[in-house]
Amino acid sequence: MPDLSINFAGIKSPNPFWLASAPPTNSGYQVMKAFDAGWGGAVWKTLGVPVVNVSSRYGGVNYRDKRLVGFNNIELISDRPLSDNLREIEEVKKRFPNHAVIASLMVQSQQEWHDIVRQSQDAGADGFELNFGCPHGMCERGMGSAVGQEPKILQMIVEWVMEVAQKPVIVKLTPNISDITEPALAARRGGADAISLINTIQSIVGVDLDKFAPYPIVDGKGTNGGYCGPAVKPIALNMVKNCAQHPDIKLPISGIGGIENWRDAVEHILLGASSVQVCTAAMHFGFGIIREMTSGLEQYMVEKGFNTIDDMVGKALPNVLHWEDLNMKYKVTANINEAKCIGCQLCYTACEDGAHQAIKLNAGTRIPEIIEENCVGCNLCSLVCPVEQCITMEQTDSGTQHLTWKERVEAGTAPTEFEDEKAGGRHHWVPAPSAALSKERHKTLPGKARIINGETEVPAEA
Amino acid sequence: MAEFSTPTTEQEFAENFAQLKPVMNRTEALYESSRCLFCFDAPCIKACPSGIDIPQFIRQINSGNETGAARTIYEANYFGNACGKVCPTEVLCEGACVYNLQEVKPIEIGRLQSYATTKVIKSDKKLFGPGMENGKKVAVIGAGPAGISAACELRLLGYSVDVFEAKAQPSGLTVYGVAPYKITNEETLAEMAYLQAQFGYNTHFNSAITSRAELAELENKYDAIFLGIGLGKTNELRLPGEDKINCTGAVEFIAELRQHQHEVAVGRTVIVLGGGNTAMDAASESSRLGAETVILAYRRAKEEMGAYNFEYDLAKGVGVKGLFNVAPLEITGNGYVAGVKFIRTETKDGKVHEIAGSEFVQPCDMVIKATGQAKQTEFLSLIPYLKLDGKGRIIANPHTGQTSNPKYFASGDAWNGGAEVVNAAAEAKLTARGIHAYLSK
Repeated sequence: MPDLSINFAGIKSPNPFWLASAPPTNSGYQVMKAFDAGWGGAVWKTLGVPVVNVSSRYGGVNYRDKRLVGFNNIELISDRPLSDNLREIEEVKKRFPNHAVIASLMVQSQQEWHDIVRQSQDAGADGFELNFGCPHGMCERGMGSAVGQEPKILQMIVEWVMEVAQKPVIVKLTPNISDITEPALAARRGGADAISLINTIQSIVGVDLDKFAPYPIVDGKGTNGGYCGPAVKPIALNMVKNCAQHPDIKLPISGIGGIENWRDAVEHILLGASSVQVCTAAMHFGFGIIREMTSGLEQYMVEKGFNTIDDMVGKALPNVLHWEDLNMKYKVTANINEAKCIGCQLCYTACEDGAHQAIKLNAGTRIPEIIEENCVGCNLCSLVCPVEQCITMEQTDSGTQHLTWKERVEAGTAPTEFEDEKAGGRHHWVPAPSAALSKERHKTLPGKARIINGETEVPAEA
Repeated sequence: MAEFSTPTTEQEFAENFAQLKPVMNRTEALYESSRCLFCFDAPCIKACPSGIDIPQFIRQINSGNETGAARTIYEANYFGNACGKVCPTEVLCEGACVYNLQEVKPIEIGRLQSYATTKVIKSDKKLFGPGMENGKKVAVIGAGPAGISAACELRLLGYSVDVFEAKAQPSGLTVYGVAPYKITNEETLAEMAYLQAQFGYNTHFNSAITSRAELAELENKYDAIFLGIGLGKTNELRLPGEDKINCTGAVEFIAELRQHQHEVAVGRTVIVLGGGNTAMDAASESSRLGAETVILAYRRAKEEMGAYNFEYDLAKGVGVKGLFNVAPLEITGNGYVAGVKFIRTETKDGKVHEIAGSEFVQPCDMVIKATGQAKQTEFLSLIPYLKLDGKGRIIANPHTGQTSNPKYFASGDAWNGGAEVVNAAAEAKLTARGIHAYLSK
């Protein structure tokens, strides 16, 4: 059996799954239940300055019949007395000495930071997570994302914390910024031991069409909240990758954002996270989901031959490049498996209206046909096709040539002018505009590729 | 014209007996699994006699971990694939699904279950292995759901296990008694082969244990004996004419059907006697074999039938006609069955009363008696100190399956009097633990 345990910047945990700092970690009762269910760690709901919460705090985005593909909240940090939280942290650590309990913190002055770090240290916390991410409410008071968006202030506060911290310090970053690596670098300069990302994204999840107010509604009004849930995973994955690939950050990353099953967690890990945090899925389905997550992760590791989590951290990073380094000689073409096709023609209309007019319909059959010379290999048809493995993208180049944009620029063969013959789309057939209005348009559309210099597609040098 | 034409080839047989719960493809499994709400304290788990963690395996399917899903299923029930197909899910897990309260179609749990298990069986993925050998030996009598489940669990606990089976194939009624449209022989036997390959118990087919001497030998050679013997032949009705040609028991008829399929002949007009699930199966099967008229005769009212509603609906759906409040008096005919003489009845205060002078003969050329199976009391009397209850069921400790003879343990139909595959599988797991506790003392 593979070993799921981790040592994250000095914080040990029986598995990489931690509950993120949020409502599920509001109390010792919840955290103990979670550990009992199988969670490896918990980042306590942020301790800090006194707050009062509003009533009506969460909003959801439903997609068709699926509930909460996106979720937002306008809840603030813990509104419980600090002493209660500290006492419960101590109690949890006594009962679960091998699980990770991380104190999330958010205060203002240097003295307050010193005090709260010392107090949570005394309570037995295994580490700290500095909440520089909350994008609503707290930022209006100069905390949370207001700090995360100001690298200099972020660095200064990290330095204050490092003056007294004897346990690892994680800086939690806000995604509400143009370049996530800037605050990450500031955290490193300040001496932090690790970073965690992403915190929630500023959002309005919907507007009540009758009350003219954004959700969640508080006495007829609303405010922007923090967005999370499955919908934010792609944004989180990209930011995790950016931090993991940056040559100067070099800090362990706790991946957060849209994780609800083992697959999501593995994706974060393959892009550089060495622990993962979950909130929305636990709020939606309860702590019980951890069993599916550990079972799936274990099975994946067995099948891939990974013995430890570290074996897989960042495994996908070498394959994430800049666009200019991608091989332009690689070519795929769509292929429809006629035996599987159910004749919905979604691929046809998607390609017709949304892509490159490379699929045609033939009389007497509902099965569309790919016009190979028009197919640019964009994937759209295979993405909209509702049938598993019906439209597949097959490699059609020889697989022996390699040429990137960067190499073309360096060789002087990249197009440089608007009418440049070397540009890509110039040599791809498009229907005449008037064909769109012709009654016979469906007959005229499946045209031949425009022939230039005897070639049917992009010029040889491209 | 009959509802079905008589099948003459394997192909035609397969068409007439098309699977009620065909195996899902991946797309269907993903759609269906994504509907599961992941209920807290899920009612489906509670409704499952083997307590499979259903929301867990459905979530595993949905996240692409079919192997993990199959493990979740098999950890609770070694007949995971068979149960997915043959369980009366309508009254168990699926009947408990909260969607029913919302008037939304419940999750197709049975089919999702078989989806995951079929995948691992087909890919021959190893999920389990025998435990460390503990040097002790257990004999299992009967290779049905109880016997095979006990053998798996005992191997897991490190016992050496010998399974003795009178018939030529394992899985008991799953291959000899379940309606062919619920599970195919190939599916049943593939699961049996999969389990045996993983757990490595020894099987001895065509090895009926029938005498005191044979039992004494087992008692000497083994540390414990597991009784998974099930039930016996169809009960005799003790009616005049019962010995006529073409008057058969339902259990015998179905066993024949499972083994010889399209080669089994059925009458033009078939009367099935009984109101239980086996009667429904026999009636449906007669129709699917090409009988022109199939009459289901029950001595009480329709509402009093023991069969599940969906089973009766299934029989009605293939053209079976119900004939209620009639009691058979005699099987008529000259050597061959020519009809059944009935008398009409009424139910008063829960008791059946015959209505004098209401006799009539319903012509037919085949009679199938689905009037319950006899207990194997004669065999059980060979076991010293073994106590049976008034209905001929083995008396055993409900937590350990241990009988009044401490060396003998029991599960399945011989203990519970006749229930589903899932009940036998669940009981056998419990009893195997009981054997372990007894032998670890």
